Amino acid sequence: MANHEEFLIELKGIRKYYDREVLHVEQLLFKKGHVYGVIGPSGAGKSTLLRIINLLTPPDSGTLLFHDRPIPANGAGRLAIQRKMTLVFQKTLLFKDSVRNNVAYGLKARGFPRSVIDERVGSLLKQVGMTDLAARRADTLSGGEAQRVTIARAVAFEPELLLLDEPTANLDPGNVELIEEMITKLARNKAITVVMVTHNVFQARRIADQVIFINQGRIVEMGPTEKIFSAPDHENTRLFVEGRMVY
Amino acid sequence: MSRLFEGIIEAFRLIITLNPALLQIVSLSLRVSGMAVVIAALIGIPLGALLGLKPEKKTRLLNKIIFTFMGMPPVVAGLIIYLILSRQGPLGVLGLLYTPTAMIIAQVFLASPIVIGLTMIGIRARGCDVEEMARSLGAGSVLIAWTVIMESRFAILGAIITGFSRVVAEVGAVMIVGGNIAGHTRVMTTAIVLETRKGNFELAIGLGLILLIISFIINSGLYSIQKGGKNG
Repeated sequence: MANHEEFLIELKGIRKYYDREVLHVEQLLFKKGHVYGVIGPSGAGKSTLLRIINLLTPPDSGTLLFHDRPIPANGAGRLAIQRKMTLVFQKTLLFKDSVRNNVAYGLKARGFPRSVIDERVGSLLKQVGMTDLAARRADTLSGGEAQRVTIARAVAFEPELLLLDEPTANLDPGNVELIEEMITKLARNKAITVVMVTHNVFQARRIADQVIFINQGRIVEMGPTEKIFSAPDHENTRLFVEGRMVY
Repeated sequence: MSRLFEGIIEAFRLIITLNPALLQIVSLSLRVSGMAVVIAALIGIPLGALLGLKPEKKTRLLNKIIFTFMGMPPVVAGLIIYLILSRQGPLGVLGLLYTPTAMIIAQVFLASPIVIGLTMIGIRARGCDVEEMARSLGAGSVLIAWTVIMESRFAILGAIITGFSRVVAEVGAVMIVGGNIAGHTRVMTTAIVLETRKGNFELAIGLGLILLIISFIINSGLYSIQKGGKNG
C-alpha cells in the first residue's frame, strides 16, 4: 500500500450531469510520477473526467483534493493549483503566433524570466525536432508538427500533472512513437504524473503503469496495466481490451 | 453624359489643386467618422467579446436585437439622437444639436451594433476554445481576455473597418443632427446632396470620387487583413 503522501490528486464522490449522469466517481487517486491510461468506449465520460480534474468543468457534486487539500472554488489558490497542471485537448489548438511564442505561453503566464523562457523553449523545440520552425506561424504546421508543439507547450512549465486527451489521434506512426516517447520520458525524468485518455488500448498498454477502464460514466476497473490486460477482474474490461463492443 | 464627364475632369482638378472647401469637408468627415468608430470600438469590442464567450442559447434575444440595430436605417438613428439632443429632449440642456459632437454620437449609435455583432461572431467562432486553452495553460483572467482578443484580431479589425465604412458613407443621421452647416457640420455625404441640388456637379462628383477612393482603400485593407489572417 502506497503512502498517502504520494498521491497528487484525489477525486471523492464526483458526479456530473448533462441531460443524464455522465460521470460518477466514488474515489480515484493519482500517484506522483505515474502514467495512467484511461480507456473506455466513446461517451464513457473519459474527457469529462479530464476536464473536471483540470478545473475547466465544475462537478455537480463531490470534491477534488490536490496534495491532500481541497481545491478552492475560486481565487488565487485555485489559479495556483490550476497552474500546476495542464490539459492537451483532443482538438489541436495553437495560437496564431510563432511556434516559439506558443511554447513560451505558459511560462510567460507564470512570469518566468526571459532567460529561463528562452532556454526552456530552445531545449524543448530541440527535443521535438522543431528548432528550424521556431519562427514559423503555428497555424501553418502539419498535424504531427502541431501536436508536437502542443505537447512541448504543455510541458514547458513542468506541470506536476499532465492530462492528455487522445494526444495521438490522427497522427502517423512516426509521430505517435515520438509523442509516446516524450510522455514516458517526462514521467520518468521529471516525475510528472500523466493521465492519458486514449481509444487505443494498445497505446495504453505500451505506456501506462496503471489503466482505468470507464464505461457509462463509472470506473469499472483500475489496476496495473498488465493485470488489466491479462487478468482483469471484470468481464466488461476483458471484452473491451480484447477489442469487443462493450455497452 | 458629357456633364458627368466634365464633372469628373473638374473633380480631378479640385482634388489635385487641393481645393480648400473640399479639404475642409473631407477633413471633418474623417474626423467625425474616425472618432465615432474609435468610441464604437471601445464599447463594441469588450461587449462583443463578452457575448461571444457566452453560450449562444443564453444570448439569443440579445443577438436578435444587435443584428436588428446593425441594419438600422441612418435616418432612424438620426431621428432618435435628434429627439434626445433637441431642446425638449433629455440631453437638450447640453446644447449639442447641430455640432460635430452630435454627429459623432449619431455615428457611434450606428457603428456600435456593427462592431459588437461582428466581434461577437468572430469570437464565437474560436473564442471558447481559446479561452479554455489559455486557462488550461495557467493564464489569469487578464491574459485570457487579451489572448481571446488577439486570437480574434482579424475578425475584430474587420468589424472596426466595416463600422467605419458604414458611418463615413451614411447621410441620413448626420444630416438630421448636424444640419449640414457650411464650415461647421458639413461632411462629404451631406455636401454631395447639397451640391447636387444646387447643380454644382463638379464638387459633388469630386466628393463622390473621394468617398469611393476611401472605400477602396478601406476594403483593400480589409481584404489584406483577412487574407493575412487565413494565410498566416
